[in-house]
Amino acid sequence: MSLTSLTIAEARAKLRAKEIKATELTEAYLAAIGKANKLLNAYIVTTPEQALEMAQASDARLAKGEGGALEGIPLGIKDLFATKGVHTQACSHILDKFKPGYESTVTQNLWNDGAVMLGKLNMDEFAMGSSNETSYYGPVTNPWRRKNSNAALVPGGSSGGSASAVAAHICAAATATDTGGSIRQPAAFTGTVGIKPTYGRCSRWGIVAFASSLDQAGPIARDVRDAAIMLKAMASVDDRDTTSVNLPVPDYEAALGRPLKGLRVGIPKEYRPEGLSAEINALWDKGAAWLKEQGAEIVEISLPHTKYALPAYYIVAPAEASSNLARYDGVRYGLRVPGDDLVDTYERTRAAGFGREVQRRVMVGTYVLSAGYYDAYYVKAQKVRTLIKRDFDNAWAKCDVVLTPATPSPAFAPGEITDPVEMYLNDVFTVTVNMAGLPGIAVPAGLSESGLPLGLQLIGKPFDEETLFQTAFAIEQAAGKFTAPQWW
Amino acid sequence: MSVDEKTVRRVARLARIKVEEKDVPKLQGELNVILAFVEQLNEVNVEGVEPLTSVVAMDMKKRQDVVSDGHYPKAIVANTVHEDDFFMVPKVVE
Repeated sequence: MSLTSLTIAEARAKLRAKEIKATELTEAYLAAIGKANKLLNAYIVTTPEQALEMAQASDARLAKGEGGALEGIPLGIKDLFATKGVHTQACSHILDKFKPGYESTVTQNLWNDGAVMLGKLNMDEFAMGSSNETSYYGPVTNPWRRKNSNAALVPGGSSGGSASAVAAHICAAATATDTGGSIRQPAAFTGTVGIKPTYGRCSRWGIVAFASSLDQAGPIARDVRDAAIMLKAMASVDDRDTTSVNLPVPDYEAALGRPLKGLRVGIPKEYRPEGLSAEINALWDKGAAWLKEQGAEIVEISLPHTKYALPAYYIVAPAEASSNLARYDGVRYGLRVPGDDLVDTYERTRAAGFGREVQRRVMVGTYVLSAGYYDAYYVKAQKVRTLIKRDFDNAWAKCDVVLTPATPSPAFAPGEITDPVEMYLNDVFTVTVNMAGLPGIAVPAGLSESGLPLGLQLIGKPFDEETLFQTAFAIEQAAGKFTAPQWW
Repeated sequence: MSVDEKTVRRVARLARIKVEEKDVPKLQGELNVILAFVEQLNEVNVEGVEPLTSVVAMDMKKRQDVVSDGHYPKAIVANTVHEDDFFMVPKVVE
């Protein structure tokens, strides 16, 4: 058995028992990256020297019987997280050569727990995309392929590098972020587990901002247990993020295996839109049946404003993005394209530095916030958001957790979706969760007819990630785990 | 609502993004597709509904208004063109 096939929980046990060394594990991952990355393009930068130094320090601590919860575990970090002295560009040209002088809270938490950094992972530029095709560093390839086909597929996005690297076993787990589905959709496309926790659970300090009222960090991991271990380490209460919520971080792993008896699982009728494929419908029914067999009660619920979540999102997210991305002016960091005067320098820098999708969203955001349109668009969308949140508040009277499909389809091919709005529809099942600030987890539940992974989503009450892990674990027990056949 | 070419140029200017004249029609089309998509919200009755300002019910955290960080100008200017710990920009005042 190769070292890179170990889950975090398995590697943790072997490291503590001194059956393996952290340096061996890190070397095995670096070799696996060397072999796979040319084909997958999941990593945009690797940090082998730093990784080996960190692994040696882990070995020293483990030898003394010390060490944190992730001691010696090699991780990949999404390029959105500031890592001191290491490439941090949100996969954008406009942040060329930017190396922060500080570390994000989430990654610092991981290093404090003994984790090892393998490198920075590819993503859609500024986390804007659902296929990882908008990255300045080129697209990422999904380790999964359709049955009897060699054609490349997208890994989803925006955390496409994270999902691809976890699925290909070129990191033990990865950090990711989710503004409208950017953890859960790529997890579903790659047969991995991804959780977006409640807004305020993970600190946003040191994470490149996209839409501040929606952005949350979370892990992508190989199974539910590893996701629970990762989230425990990533989450914290942080004075440097005013939206960080002052609640203790529970031991999520302890929730795995708790019986489902008495758990009420809500099935929202609005998540069965006309035209939803028979295979997604069947998967969803199967998921509900598995939970029922294990003692849960299935109840129908209604979330009447579901269809308005995506249009409201495409006002709120671009509006906040246009404001957040105003800082990229070519003056304080990143790319600078000289112009005739200062304004011309700004305009040329931003035209050359932002890709098409980012420019489009900044302009939509600028328009909806401009004089005379603010009330009609932004305020209206924020009112709709109140209604979406109210739908869930009402649902919690009837159920403890909500079960839905994670995506409307399995992974698609690069270039297959060119219409921006059609691309946005990939997030139709995930985006409501961000709008309401709730936690959501995507867990693999089966394979499509074409042989690709399909995921289910569980949505929980605020700060009830434990019920998500408990229920997702029950689905995983019934469905099994899915590993991409190695072709690279 | 939809935008005309003049509005596209105005928005690009507000967003400080240089848009070449030949790219205006394509951008106009793309923006109008997105704006048409969000038009669906007109169906929703929001009378008496307050806009959401925070997804979690909590008081905004406050800290003492004191200097708690800083004094490293070299690290601040390290990522760009700089001179004597100042950011360098094209001449603004003649």
